[in-house]
Amino acid sequence: MKTVSARTEEALAGVGGDQAARTGARRAALQRLLRLRWGLAAAGILAVIVASAVFAPWVSPHDPLAVNIRHRLAPPAWMEGGTPAHPLGTDQVGRDLLSRMIYGGRVSLVVGVSAVLLSATIGVLLGLGAGYFGGRTDWAIMTAVNVMLTFPFVLLALAVIAVLGPSLVNMIVVLGAAGWPIYARVIRAETMAIRERDFVVAGRALGMSHARLVFRQILPNLMSPIVVIATLQVAQVIILESFLSFLGLGIQPPTPAWGNMLGEGRVYMLNSWWIATFPGSAIFLTTLVINLMGNALRDWLDPHMKL
Amino acid sequence: MRRYAARQLVQLVVVIFGISVLAFTILHVLGDPVLLLLPQNAGKEEFERYHKLLGLDQPIYVQYWKFASKAVVGDFGKSWYADTPAFRLVIERMPPTIYLTLAGLAVALLIALPLGILSALKRHSWIDSLCTAIAVAGQAIPLFWLGIMLIIVFAVRLKALPASGYGTWQHFLLPSFCLGAALAPITMRLVRSGVIEVMNMEFIKTARAKGLAEPMVVIKHAFRNACIPVITVLGLQFGQLLGGAIITETVFAWPGVATLTVESIRNQDFPVVQCAVILLALLIVAVNLIVDLTVGLIDPRIRTGA
Repeated sequence: MKTVSARTEEALAGVGGDQAARTGARRAALQRLLRLRWGLAAAGILAVIVASAVFAPWVSPHDPLAVNIRHRLAPPAWMEGGTPAHPLGTDQVGRDLLSRMIYGGRVSLVVGVSAVLLSATIGVLLGLGAGYFGGRTDWAIMTAVNVMLTFPFVLLALAVIAVLGPSLVNMIVVLGAAGWPIYARVIRAETMAIRERDFVVAGRALGMSHARLVFRQILPNLMSPIVVIATLQVAQVIILESFLSFLGLGIQPPTPAWGNMLGEGRVYMLNSWWIATFPGSAIFLTTLVINLMGNALRDWLDPHMKL
Repeated sequence: MRRYAARQLVQLVVVIFGISVLAFTILHVLGDPVLLLLPQNAGKEEFERYHKLLGLDQPIYVQYWKFASKAVVGDFGKSWYADTPAFRLVIERMPPTIYLTLAGLAVALLIALPLGILSALKRHSWIDSLCTAIAVAGQAIPLFWLGIMLIIVFAVRLKALPASGYGTWQHFLLPSFCLGAALAPITMRLVRSGVIEVMNMEFIKTARAKGLAEPMVVIKHAFRNACIPVITVLGLQFGQLLGGAIITETVFAWPGVATLTVESIRNQDFPVVQCAVILLALLIVAVNLIVDLTVGLIDPRIRTGA
């Protein structure tokens, strides 16, 4: 009798708990959908930014390098003295700001995506190695990760660019080579957990090679965190790239990049605020939508992901 | 505790060694100092003479050993630009960087603590949503752009604060706010999740059950325990904070190590760059160690690895 009542109680508690869990789950699902909506909106804005960069020659109203001294430092169209021909005004030598911003997006997006592909490749390989083999391999790789994480990313990039000299390729290499530790750390932890799962153990018992186990059995399970980190990292890389260009250590003028436009605009900020303001808002908007997209992606793929 | 400290120290030595190798590699393996010292039209003999002079014809590990054994006693060579030891140049510029970092940290905590606790206590309310939205936006703002916008608004338009420089407390306001605002979003999220986690624990129920007033519960019981993860992560974030200080310095012409580094990079003054990079990294390592030991002292679970 006692056992039955206990069981009923348990069942009742279970029902109550279930209900609470269900409303909780419904709420969570609703929130996920809501955040996904933000993510979709962000993806839409990002698509516009990417498209305008890709189709820059057709979209931009002027040649981004065309100098027109007579119209230098023209304010945006809605201000006194602005012309509709230059919606966002012109810079110190009369180049159209809107056109330069559209072209400038090319640099940021190319550097962002290529550097992230590079660092994701390095980081994922090292993370898989450290997590799968463990022992000394793990120790060596994790020490390297700790050293890299101790170094401020900015400082490392500055020092390397100083030696190699500024160029588009060097920047991709530096930002790519410096960004890998975050992937390595996450992938290592995940690999260690998956390594002990039944399907991997079974695979090992079947005599699969290390390579097959790592790339065919383990790696496919890690795609969600990789995609999420990579998305969020693109935003970080874009900010760093523009900072380097801002200092004059990245993309060299006259090639337009958001960072070097901001750097040039800084000199004129006393009278012409728009030169520095608009390229900066472009960086802000781009990183914001990428971050929103990354967060939405994380919620969608795996809400419990710890990143 | 002693074993925990020893383990931390061993790790410290390994990391310092790694940093020195990294700094050495950047200058000596990626680049050739002679190429930077000599004019481009210098002859081949001239190159080889300089290589010998600087000891660059020796095997790489000998070169590293010479570099490292001198660096340990603070000898990073003379600046190629100013005729002073690189070490002295960098040390002189250290205090402004440290002050800026501390001021930025203070601002970040001033913003993040109240907002983080508030949004944790009023979870899923409009305040919480607003804070989250601000945090998401804050994380996307490029620090150097924020600095320039602050200068345009407060220095150029309102003429209320100096745009750049160093000396009085007014000079501190814009840079430290800029740096603090950059660190605040992530700190706020940490405080929020820390407090939420703690508020669900048994001892909070006990505290409430014994009739403590809610503010007491939050301040004395919840906040104190939520501090541990916050301290840890803030310590680990110190590198990021210093990286942020580097960016802030360049925007506000702050006379710290970062402006020195950027100037030296422009002048191709590598002994100074190398020295600055290593000393900054050492500073970060030292802070991380202090944080680890402090947390180990506060929370026995961490040092025993449970």
